[in-house]
Amino acid sequence: MSASPAYGEEKGGSGLGEPEYGHDPASGGIFSSDYKRHDDLKEMLDSNKDSLKLEAMKRIVAMIARGKNASDLFPAVVKNVACKNIEVKKLVYVYLVRYAEEQQDLALLSISTFQRGLKDPNQLIRASALRVLSSIRVPIIVPIMMLAIKEAASDMSPYVRKTAAHAIPKLYSLDSDQKDQLIEVIEKLLSDKTTLVAGSVVMAFEEVCPERIDLIHKNYRKLCNLLIDVEEWGQVVIINMLTRYARTQFLSPNQNESLLEENPEKAFYGSEEEDAKEDKPDAASLVKRKPYVMDPDHRLLLRNTKPLLQSRNAAVVMAVAQLYFHLAPKAEVGVIAKALVRLLRSHSEVQYVVLQNVATMSIKRRGMFEPYLKSFYIRSTDPTQIKILKLEVLTNLANETNISTILREFQTYIRSMDKDFVAATIQAIGRCATNIGKVRDTCLNGLVQLLSNRDELVVAESVVVIKKLLQMQPSQHSEIIKHMAKLTDNIQVPMARASILWLIGEYCEHVPKMAPDVLRKMAKSFTGEEDIVKLQVINLAAKLYLTNSKQSKLLTQYVLNLAKYDQNYDIRDRARFIRQLIVPTEKSGVLNKYAKKLFLAQKPAPILESSFKDRDHFQLGSLSHLLNTKAVGYQELPDWPDEAPDPSVRNVEVPEWTKCTSREKRKEKVEKPFYSDSEGESGPTESADSEPESVSESESESGSGSSSSSGSGSDSGSQGAESGDRSEERRKKKKGKEGPRKAFLDTAGSNPSEEEEEEQGKKGKRKKKPQHEGKGDSGSSWEEGSVSESSSSESDSGSEAEESQSEPESKRRPTPPSSKAAPKATRKGTKEISLLDLDDYRETEARGREGTCPRSPSRPVAELGILGLPEATARVTTAPPQPASSPSVVSTSLVTDLEGLSLTDTSLASTLLSPTFSAVRTHELLHRMAGEGLSVEYCFSRQPFVPDPHMVAVHIQFSNSAEAEVKGLRVCAPRLLPGIRLQEFPEIESLAPGDTASVVMGIDFSDSTQAANFQLCTHSRQFYVSIQPPVGELLAPVFMSENEFKKEQGKLTGMSEITEKLTLPDQCQSDQAIVQRVMVAANVSRVPCGADHVYRFAAKTVTSGSLVLITLERKDGARAQLTVNSEKMVIGTMLVQDVVQALAP
Amino acid sequence: MIHSLFLINCSGEMFLECDYFFEAQEKATDVENVPPVISTPHHYLISIYRDKIFFVSVIQTEVPPLFVIEFLHRVADTFQDYFGECSETAIKDNVVIVYELLEEMLDNGFPLATESNILKELIKPPTILRSVVNSITGSSNMGETLPTGQLSNIPWRRAVVKYTNNEAYFDVIEEIDAIIDKSGSTVFAEIQGVNHGKPSCAIGQINNPRLLDDVSFHPCIRFKRWESERVLSFIPPDGNFRLISYRVSSQNLVAIPVYVKHIISFKENSSSGRFDVTIGPKQNMGKTVEGVIVTVHMPKAVLNMNLTSTQGSYTFDPVLKVITWDVGKITPQKLPNLKGTVNLQAGAPKPEENPSLNIQFKIQQLAISGLKVNRLDMYGEKYKPFKGVKYITKAGKFQVRT
Repeated sequence: MSASPAYGEEKGGSGLGEPEYGHDPASGGIFSSDYKRHDDLKEMLDSNKDSLKLEAMKRIVAMIARGKNASDLFPAVVKNVACKNIEVKKLVYVYLVRYAEEQQDLALLSISTFQRGLKDPNQLIRASALRVLSSIRVPIIVPIMMLAIKEAASDMSPYVRKTAAHAIPKLYSLDSDQKDQLIEVIEKLLSDKTTLVAGSVVMAFEEVCPERIDLIHKNYRKLCNLLIDVEEWGQVVIINMLTRYARTQFLSPNQNESLLEENPEKAFYGSEEEDAKEDKPDAASLVKRKPYVMDPDHRLLLRNTKPLLQSRNAAVVMAVAQLYFHLAPKAEVGVIAKALVRLLRSHSEVQYVVLQNVATMSIKRRGMFEPYLKSFYIRSTDPTQIKILKLEVLTNLANETNISTILREFQTYIRSMDKDFVAATIQAIGRCATNIGKVRDTCLNGLVQLLSNRDELVVAESVVVIKKLLQMQPSQHSEIIKHMAKLTDNIQVPMARASILWLIGEYCEHVPKMAPDVLRKMAKSFTGEEDIVKLQVINLAAKLYLTNSKQSKLLTQYVLNLAKYDQNYDIRDRARFIRQLIVPTEKSGVLNKYAKKLFLAQKPAPILESSFKDRDHFQLGSLSHLLNTKAVGYQELPDWPDEAPDPSVRNVEVPEWTKCTSREKRKEKVEKPFYSDSEGESGPTESADSEPESVSESESESGSGSSSSSGSGSDSGSQGAESGDRSEERRKKKKGKEGPRKAFLDTAGSNPSEEEEEEQGKKGKRKKKPQHEGKGDSGSSWEEGSVSESSSSESDSGSEAEESQSEPESKRRPTPPSSKAAPKATRKGTKEISLLDLDDYRETEARGREGTCPRSPSRPVAELGILGLPEATARVTTAPPQPASSPSVVSTSLVTDLEGLSLTDTSLASTLLSPTFSAVRTHELLHRMAGEGLSVEYCFSRQPFVPDPHMVAVHIQFSNSAEAEVKGLRVCAPRLLPGIRLQEFPEIESLAPGDTASVVMGIDFSDSTQAANFQLCTHSRQFYVSIQPPVGELLAPVFMSENEFKKEQGKLTGMSEITEKLTLPDQCQSDQAIVQRVMVAANVSRVPCGADHVYRFAAKTVTSGSLVLITLERKDGARAQLTVNSEKMVIGTMLVQDVVQALAP
Repeated sequence: MIHSLFLINCSGEMFLECDYFFEAQEKATDVENVPPVISTPHHYLISIYRDKIFFVSVIQTEVPPLFVIEFLHRVADTFQDYFGECSETAIKDNVVIVYELLEEMLDNGFPLATESNILKELIKPPTILRSVVNSITGSSNMGETLPTGQLSNIPWRRAVVKYTNNEAYFDVIEEIDAIIDKSGSTVFAEIQGVNHGKPSCAIGQINNPRLLDDVSFHPCIRFKRWESERVLSFIPPDGNFRLISYRVSSQNLVAIPVYVKHIISFKENSSSGRFDVTIGPKQNMGKTVEGVIVTVHMPKAVLNMNLTSTQGSYTFDPVLKVITWDVGKITPQKLPNLKGTVNLQAGAPKPEENPSLNIQFKIQQLAISGLKVNRLDMYGEKYKPFKGVKYITKAGKFQVRT
């Protein structure tokens, strides 16, 4: 690149730029090398050659990529935001978005560039300006962003509108208080008819207000029809959203079928009393239910999404697939299988996700994937995780007809080199064997053959699976048990050894001769075994003791003694337990009698289940489904409603794009909360008051429908918890390795069966009533509700807190004993004015006397502090409350009032303005303690600074309370941000103890509220100080007539106009009080105005002289609207806040 | 093993550390087994593995995982498109372009411009010539004009395009996926339409659309016409693209063009074995099978192979235990054969599994499904463009179990 040699040269001569930093005593030597390193970059950025700038930016971006911190270059980079070269500009954007949050003050400098961009005639520039503006995460510009978004949402160009939609979630994440306004924008954009916008706005909807489903009604049909032309990423978002929407608005297409389907399931679970009970309400509801007719809108959605199954984008295909799975009638779901199978040819990550979803679907709808069975065959080159998922699917698909081919396939897999996969295959065979009774023996034989496999892991896994299978029909398989008993010599895998021991113990009557011998061997090697094996040895010993005490008494004693001194406390506990339980002593209680029952109870076989069972309560294709836990921000898929809500809400007045105009056009109902909309039997014409009833009805119905289930559910839940506890204990007693369920069998026949029943009942119910599926669902949705509630209340309380914070503040502020000058002036003013308008002013007078304590200007500063300038707040709080500036303010307002009488006499104005200084609020610059006796205060005098009209005059008052004289007081080493200038005051040669001196200095704040940092030096010390102006002090009053004002205001509309609604407090009802408060907040002058209840103020910014116009319009009551027009949007927004604060109670 | 870790989070930032991911990576024995979705206490990591690079994105809230995966692949494709390869060095050399690209592709974590021709209009791909020109003239890589494609409903095509030569080529590439297990076989086929040309409208007609079991289209295809007339009507994008892909279902009998005879056996207790593979053409409709490559993953216990081939050359990688046999063209007169002995680790037990053979091949001028593009018409242009259709049949995931 041509830039690099140039850069080299410059580096040689870069000494020139350095001294600036070298001499800075604060920066010290440590950092200087750092400065040197980036100096060349800074110089390159400052040069006027684009190529140099580009090179510099490229290197900076490369630095960021390497993870180095480039934040100290921020000022130098930001300057280039206005660069003409588009590549430089882009890279500056990249940089800005990365660092703006860290350097908020500086980032504000770039904002005007973007604001200009927002007005560019080129749509692409407008869009990119909005994009970057919204990506700068600086809270202070939230109002600007809000405005920009609103503006862009009604832009002519769809591309800009799309960008606006993208900006919405960004703003929301920055400041969630804007939600209501953003929802308005979303509502507006949702009605957009272009495909470009649709995807983006739905994305914004999903992030900001997914609960406001009512916003979709009007746009539902449009979205369905546009869908196919939306870009693919948007399609995914829209489809997912519409799935949720449809679940709330339409009836389940499978309600009748699902009822029919249940019956065999029930039969399978056999004669349970609960079942019988359940049947009745179901049957009743079946009778009640009308024959199902699909809503045309429901059909529209299904029809319009179907072609997207052909999309090249896997995410779109998956989205459609889940939509069909959740919404389509059972007969139609099959179409998605093909497309999903096609995705299996894609990248392995895609395969992984698709297979997870297929696994879930294949449990619910096995038939769907059966034709594609072979597509799930496993290749030796597949990654293990894919293999295991395919295995899962194959297992789910297995049924009596295809099991033989599947088993043949499994045989190949068992010989694989991938041992994890082999283990999974063995598990899969076990599951097939349990599910399909026909092949159980074949599988078992196959597994037994595997016991002679050379690989220990394979054998171990087989043992575990065989154990589970044997539990189903132990009596027929004593041969296998014998075979396994022989294996104890060879198998070392603990889990397998434990399984064998458990089997032998459990079925010791089938192998009466071998069992004691096994125990003998195990006793010998007891100390060397793993913990789970030891536990099973103890179990085996106990069971043998009970059945065959003659042979095994001593062995048992021996084992128990060994266990007594084991290191593991579980084993010691178990040994103690069992000794008490089985060995009869005097002390041992009643349980001893039941020992045999406890240990040798019939235990139900474990159920081998897919881990994907019941995963479908998560929306398929979602992250939550994949992880099987609720992910952050997951939107629950609602259950079908029992009654369809009113379909007419989706009617649109001009359905030009809809084809289903056949639907009768009903009059639009205006924004009903959709939950209360229920069509009912009587249709939409039903009067509104019947609605709550029907809701409650449906609620109660659903309540009753699920009451038994939910009742039993909660029962089972609590019982489960209880039983869990109990079983814990019992397990210890019982050593029943297979868990709590078996442990139950002894105590009472009813207890265990109950539990089982419940579990099966749950299953049954789930199938019976998908709409009441999972109490967990409803529970969590409730939870969600409460969460949102609490959050809202939180935010409420937050705002309350804020209020309460501000309230005492205002209360604390002493209602100033209005100094003598004040009432006089007021009186004078009122007198004069009352000549014109008596009625109005009598009131104001009274008010003005009692309550209109002029606010001290501390508020705006404090406000700034809140906005992220902590220094200011600190200072304000430490500063003693000053007596308020009522006289001056009143007098200025008087001036403007006089202006109103068109007595525009500038000399009068200036004379009246001049005394303001004495009464204006002062701020502390240096505290007496910190300044070692020297205290410094400053105030904004609101007088023009004569040497330079672009500077703000700051009066500084020094007072020396120390013992010694202070000499050589001066300003030195200002470290100013770019754009800020400072006119130093003449050095004060000496200040005697007890003396005070005041000086005026000028600061050009460059129309920003950034602090001017400098040092105050005395002969002996330096103090770091900074002066930060409230935004109101950056202005200088301008006098203009009403007509001029209106003319100027007309030029400053759109983006430059900021409007805020507010409520005026009681003490601010009078004109005077309002004017006063505004004038305290900002250095503005009042513009005379003919209309009542409209107050206008004008000013210009000190540095650039751009106009700032304030209009305050009182509406009826206490409501008012504040409008600020200014080119400088930052100033405008901050001013609005200040004025609103000033007018707050 | 891992060359670089390339972490891209949702807002397009890159950072280079991510402990959870490393952990998962260490746990996985094979790079392919790093789970694509990892859940951590605060974030979710979704990653893809492409060309020895992990593209990892960090997710904070619920999002369809496929959405992210698909996007990451699109990013990888774009890099491939821009830099010719998607390797670590390519990315490191072009960090700035990578940043610029990501800036365009993502807005606040939502995909913005993913269509390659829009991106190319925004950011020109680097070439040697361009960098020379840039350094002389001082112009930049950035497009001066802003892309128009983004504004239209057909983002895959620029608004006004003119070319000196007008041509449209279609490659019909069919890939045969198969698992051959002595007799049973599973077969898929896939077509990739690669179009090179710029008519404003084109229609392709396929002889027997009923053959296609399942089709997926480039968004440019007018779906309605396909539904009603079984005709492919589309406004083609610039450059290469995949027009449709389809599957010919396994219900239709698919002719497998090659057969393999194999004897791979290991003797008990002798630390040696036999390896004998012969490959031959079945029915090939008069076309020759070429570019045949056979790869075999041998069991871990194999130390060395001692083989002779009648045709082509073979290599054995003793670390990965992979034999690659590059056969070349198969002539029916003399069948290629590879045979010899296998040396096993002394004392190791006999491997239980026989390795499966992965076979690659190519047949020119043949679409094995019998599919043909009957007609290719273009509308909206006065000139007569050059049209061409080429057929290739390839092996996809073609595996022979032994």
